[in-house]
Amino acid sequence: MSSDYNLSHLDELEAEGMYVLREVAAQFDRPAILFSGGKDSICVTHLARKAFAPARIPMPLVHIDTGHNFPEAIQFRDDLVETLGVQLIVGSVQDLIDRGEVAEETGFNASRNKIQTPTLISTIEAHRFDACVGGARRDEEKARAKERFFSHRDDFSQWDPKNQRPELWDLYNGKHQPGEHFRVFPLNNWTELDIWNYILRENIAIPSLYFAHQREVIRRDGQILANSEYLNLRPDEKPETVQVRFRTLGDLTITGAVESDADNLEKIISEVAAARKTERGGRMDDKRSQSAMEDRKKEGYF
Amino acid sequence: MAQGLLRFITAGSVDDGKSTLIGRLLYDSKTIFEDQLESIEQASNQRGTDGADLSLLTDGLRAEREQGITIDVAYRYFATPKRKFIIADAPGHIQYTRNMVTGASTADLAIILIDARAGLLEQTHRHSFITHLLGIKHMVVCVNKMDLVDWDENRYNEIVAAFQSFSSRLDIPDIRFIPISALQGDNVVDRSDNTSWYDGPTLLQHLEHVHVAADRNLQDCRFPVQYVIRPQTDAHRDFRGYAGRVSGGVFKVGDEVVALPSGLGSKVTSIAIGETNVDMAFPPQSVVMTLADNIDLSRGDMLVRENNQPDSIQDLDARICWLGDQPMRPGARFELHHTSREVKAVVKEVVYKLDINTLHRIEDDLEIGMNDIARVKIRTAAPILVDDYRRNRATGSFILVDPGTRLTVAAGVIYT
Repeated sequence: MSSDYNLSHLDELEAEGMYVLREVAAQFDRPAILFSGGKDSICVTHLARKAFAPARIPMPLVHIDTGHNFPEAIQFRDDLVETLGVQLIVGSVQDLIDRGEVAEETGFNASRNKIQTPTLISTIEAHRFDACVGGARRDEEKARAKERFFSHRDDFSQWDPKNQRPELWDLYNGKHQPGEHFRVFPLNNWTELDIWNYILRENIAIPSLYFAHQREVIRRDGQILANSEYLNLRPDEKPETVQVRFRTLGDLTITGAVESDADNLEKIISEVAAARKTERGGRMDDKRSQSAMEDRKKEGYF
Repeated sequence: MAQGLLRFITAGSVDDGKSTLIGRLLYDSKTIFEDQLESIEQASNQRGTDGADLSLLTDGLRAEREQGITIDVAYRYFATPKRKFIIADAPGHIQYTRNMVTGASTADLAIILIDARAGLLEQTHRHSFITHLLGIKHMVVCVNKMDLVDWDENRYNEIVAAFQSFSSRLDIPDIRFIPISALQGDNVVDRSDNTSWYDGPTLLQHLEHVHVAADRNLQDCRFPVQYVIRPQTDAHRDFRGYAGRVSGGVFKVGDEVVALPSGLGSKVTSIAIGETNVDMAFPPQSVVMTLADNIDLSRGDMLVRENNQPDSIQDLDARICWLGDQPMRPGARFELHHTSREVKAVVKEVVYKLDINTLHRIEDDLEIGMNDIARVKIRTAAPILVDDYRRNRATGSFILVDPGTRLTVAAGVIYT
């Protein structure tokens, strides 16, 4: 900050994100923050803490639990919830499977990514959430590049990208019919590098998985996947121990690791700045087709 | 010194080379990643086009890729050591004007592309007019495809003169012209060897240095209250803070302020961003202020200075862009959203509709349909606190929401 009233771009993004979160609290009856345990939802939560200080965050954190978690991420989630004194609501994919509401994929590349969507929708309906704040960013993926801050979902939780509501200035219209809801994205204008620089600047705690560590992995279709009980190995696949870190944290079975020796934030930032592949380049779920993300978003994905 | 953030919009049809220009900026600033390029090359091959079609990078929806057009605004990000940029890549077709308005409403600068062979087109006029209407103070007119007119200085000057003759009717204080070839990169990032007659900056140099912080209103103190923070915890039993984003002026701890509409005065006792106290707040900061007195103040109200107050009005003279699918019904009632306030409103009169290609006023056909721009008179159920849009974008703008469908059906700017 300087005397001629210039703000750094991180200050400006922070101000925008806090403004969006306060609009959510002011405009909606039953808002929630979708918390995955990844760095983006951790940043959203940090912004929410700042936006409502010295009060507590006036909305619960919602975790859609695939059951295929990194144990470190769950521990991190529980610690954070306790520190903040907010309510945690868990929507469990396993529960839906057990109730027979969804069928699990089978095969070598089976993942629970796709059935997260019905779990999310059923959690939204059960708690009658009218706004779900997420950590998605426009720079992640080309369908996300089209997102509004307040993104309307019909009563089937569907996104209609060809006919989005106009969004003018910072006048966010959260009006909706009963049963409809909004997805809200305070980090829309942040890039991956902004997130890391902000984590460094604000000294935000993140799960250890983001830092380089030794891990047993397998290599599949150019990806490095963490070996776990949830992964179905092909006969020719042999686990090996490699120094890796994760650029994103999703379901354990689909989140690709990168070989890295970045064991602190400064090293991560230089690595991200020099990276020649996008962070979602390591996500098997996006690789299914050119429109994989658009199709999942239309159905109600995050 | 680092310049912070620049938000700009690019307008023009695909044929004007807009996607190529954006691709060039992203590529030359090393923002296109390997996997994105691979995926684009793969898709281009499938469609049988030569080389990588960079527009596939910006056209993110299935329907856009199929038709080769841009339907909705896509946002792109790149940075140089000097500045960080947000590009709103706006659609050019008239039926998506409302999406261009969405992109333009938050932009500090507009890039208008003109094909050097074609000269000024209808779209050039429409996009320039929307830039003017949305109060964007900086415009860069890129005369593109100069390689296809043999870098002819006379042709360039003709286009500049034609544009100036049109833009003299618009209120855009800073207009700059740059001859470029987006395809070959001339004058985009690197200076061209083909334009010895042009001595201005390249596009990127200009974007890196253009000064937009001064466009923010630092004179008129305006703090619309967005949310009242009352922790009701043991540690903060009596705390009452007013959260909001500064829309104008500079607020300092100790300042005497007036709450509107109540007119009650008080003093700023603290300003905080999160848990950190600061001495002052200015646009576009999001802060929490506390006051010396426990006065009636809540969402929709505004803190200002005694000697500098916005107009409190119920009759608005406004320019609107109609965004709804259905035409505006005469006498229809709306919810008007202005800063953090909502009031009921009715459009009492359509004064004229504008032909945005010619800027002519249409007074004999006053039906307002999607994408129409009109001057209207609006009456609100209660006074709202406004400034002229040209002086303050935040307090001079509003949207109309249909109370039945709950959709945003119009965007408006107020001239006082």
